[in-house]
Amino acid sequence: MLDWWLPENVSTYGRDIDWLFHLIYYITGVTFILVFVTMLAFLVMYRDRPGRKARYTHGNTTLEIVWTVVPALILVILTLLSVPAWSRIKMTMPETDFVVQVNAKQFNWQVTYPGADGKFGTADDKMLLDEMHVPVNKVVRVILKSQDVIHSFFVPQFRIKQDAVPGREIRAWFDATKPGKYEWPCAELCGFGHSGMRGWIYVHTPEEYGKWAAENLTAEAAPAAAEAKPEEPKAEPKKEGKAKK
Amino acid sequence: MSASSATAHAHDVHAGHHELGFVRTYIFSTDHKMIARQFLFMGLFMMVLGGLLALIVRWQLAWPETAVPGLSGILKETGGILEPGTYNMAFTMHATIMIFFVIMPILAGSFGNFCIPLMIGARDMAFPLLNMLSFWVTFGAGLIMLSGFFVEGGHAAAGWTSYAPLSAVPSYTGVNWGQNLWCISLFTMGIGSMMGSINYITTIINMRAPGMRLFRMPLVIWSLFITAILLLLALPVLTSGVAMLLFDRTLGTSWFRPSGGGEPLLWQHLFWYFGHPEVYILILPAMGIASEILPVFCRKPIFGYHAMAFSMIGIAFLSWIVYGHHMFVSGMSPALGMAFTVTTMIIAVPSAIKTFNWLGTLWGARIQFTVPMLNSLAFVSMFVIGGLSGIFMASTPVDIYIQDTYFIVAHIHYVVFGGSIFGAFAAIYFWFPKMFGRMTNVALGHLHFWPTFVFFNLTFFPMHIIGVGGQMRRIYNPTQYEFLQHQQHWNVFITYSAILLGISQIPFVINFFWSLFAGQKAPVNPWNSNTLEWTAPSPPPHLNWGPTLPTVYRGPYEYSSPESREDFLPQSAAPVGAPGARRH
Repeated sequence: MLDWWLPENVSTYGRDIDWLFHLIYYITGVTFILVFVTMLAFLVMYRDRPGRKARYTHGNTTLEIVWTVVPALILVILTLLSVPAWSRIKMTMPETDFVVQVNAKQFNWQVTYPGADGKFGTADDKMLLDEMHVPVNKVVRVILKSQDVIHSFFVPQFRIKQDAVPGREIRAWFDATKPGKYEWPCAELCGFGHSGMRGWIYVHTPEEYGKWAAENLTAEAAPAAAEAKPEEPKAEPKKEGKAKK
Repeated sequence: MSASSATAHAHDVHAGHHELGFVRTYIFSTDHKMIARQFLFMGLFMMVLGGLLALIVRWQLAWPETAVPGLSGILKETGGILEPGTYNMAFTMHATIMIFFVIMPILAGSFGNFCIPLMIGARDMAFPLLNMLSFWVTFGAGLIMLSGFFVEGGHAAAGWTSYAPLSAVPSYTGVNWGQNLWCISLFTMGIGSMMGSINYITTIINMRAPGMRLFRMPLVIWSLFITAILLLLALPVLTSGVAMLLFDRTLGTSWFRPSGGGEPLLWQHLFWYFGHPEVYILILPAMGIASEILPVFCRKPIFGYHAMAFSMIGIAFLSWIVYGHHMFVSGMSPALGMAFTVTTMIIAVPSAIKTFNWLGTLWGARIQFTVPMLNSLAFVSMFVIGGLSGIFMASTPVDIYIQDTYFIVAHIHYVVFGGSIFGAFAAIYFWFPKMFGRMTNVALGHLHFWPTFVFFNLTFFPMHIIGVGGQMRRIYNPTQYEFLQHQQHWNVFITYSAILLGISQIPFVINFFWSLFAGQKAPVNPWNSNTLEWTAPSPPPHLNWGPTLPTVYRGPYEYSSPESREDFLPQSAAPVGAPGARRH
């Protein structure tokens, strides 16, 4: 019952997002308490009682200026704090040599690795379905496409969400900081199979990733990987996401 | 419909002015008060339907893929179990009905029609025939919308936002005529709403009683005036958008389909360019209603009348340039996202001003906890929560995470249920005596308000928690996801609360119909209120007042004024020493 909060963050910029989330949480929390305490106090103090006369007043200019300026200042500060994080996450693209293509379709994530030549659209491209493997602490650039409707690339623990729009190639990135297996749902309604459209992102240590890549991404590895739809073993499907905490 | 309307009209030309027949009085009436009642009945009927759809959605989320009680007769093939497509249809239609056929007809349609002429001192709307048409066109739109439930393939299932290309290509959802009817219905509703808004604007500009200056208008009239302007400018964008969507679906155009060179994001731009002002169309009348009711039961003037009016005007302007905050992660240019975050933060300021002014109104008041007052106070407090949770989304980095989660669902329900629906209940309890000439039952009113308030919060507050936990909106079965397993108990809790919230509406239904026929006869001014509608008989006759219209001498909120021996001073009461005797 006590894990009522954000899922564990395992991405670099997730820290910025969580920091802002908590900042806004405290600001709104304090505002909420102040407003409600004031309101309840007024409701009790100024309830109708015999002999009470209401105060005849139309307002107070000083007070009104104060409660316009103070929220405005807080909001300006919040804006100024939000802009750098936004710019870092969505407007800049860190240099990286790790690029994957994700082609969303009803109702799967199709992941393409460029293969040994490092280029997409060549014969040695490797395709995986609903499964992505990446090394830890490495900037991963995702070229996001959709072949039918709008989908949304969402990994709660990475704090990443980006819609995949048919007809567009959208670039997104993440940098996972902890090895593990992370659920990768679609967050935009994409049809009757929307619920359950999800994949898994495996974050490996560099050694493990090297091993996995050697087995699966080299020219010799059978391209059957694309067909092999990974079915999760049924053994204790529950609580796994939580157990990582 | 237009044919029967014409026949009815031809019939009644002979009936003359004084003795209107049944049809002209109750069905094809041009009297703004009757049209208001018609909108109210329509909205309340649709609210039952929208509420039941919500409970169906909730059942599936708490106990996925089990038979929904009462649906085994309708969903025969599955024995009452919702399939994913049916589930998508249920939440799509819940939102569509609640927004377009409940809140808009009740707040803008019913109370707009009822309040505007009566509160500015006019005998009727500027264009009574257009007013009647506005209702019947909207009614027709409602019938078209309902007919979608009966066509093959089911009703629209692409969300109330109907994002293209999911909505633009039938094979993506398997829905064919349902989505077409959705488009046709909203197109029709857009026309009806345009007729209404033109009427409201014209009436308010041209037909105010002598002395009713703009800044003597009650705030609810200000709110309806601004709402009408937003309606006039925003709805045509939706109307054009749904027409384009329909053309994509049926005529093979490619506005939104990338396969033909179209642009899916164009739909989102059109939809939200309408959609964000729409949010204010839903909330502004409720703000006006609360601003109207608080002073009456505080027995004191509204705090900062001018600030209240100008903050609404400010919201109306800003509402056009914030819509992009719905599209932060849509693929729209992130630089544009940055611009929209600035405007979105700014629009929070007028809302904050209004909240503090409502608190200021309570300060030093003499608060009478009547049922309309309780609902208005609920409006204020729930709007505060809805407004504060909006700040999370305004911050673009935070929005990346909470976009499309239950946090958004919680936020919208705090605004449109906690805000608009409590505003609607407040308005119904407050103006019922004037509208129907009878008082509502106070005990039943409390029996409705308190459980509604409690279960509303128990239903929607936990949605913040599961949203922060990451639960996406519009998913059919949260138990399919491992990272959501640990919070499934909240889904069960929310569903129990939602069912109790639904049950809490029963006293309202009983109260409404019982009071309609057997309620105590209402006096002219049961709340000792200042505004003009309370000088007309309850219910007001055709043309509202006798031979002379009231003259306005002062603002609407002169409660506990030292000028008067009583604690209220009606707008139309002549000042001492002026020609014309005091009426009170």
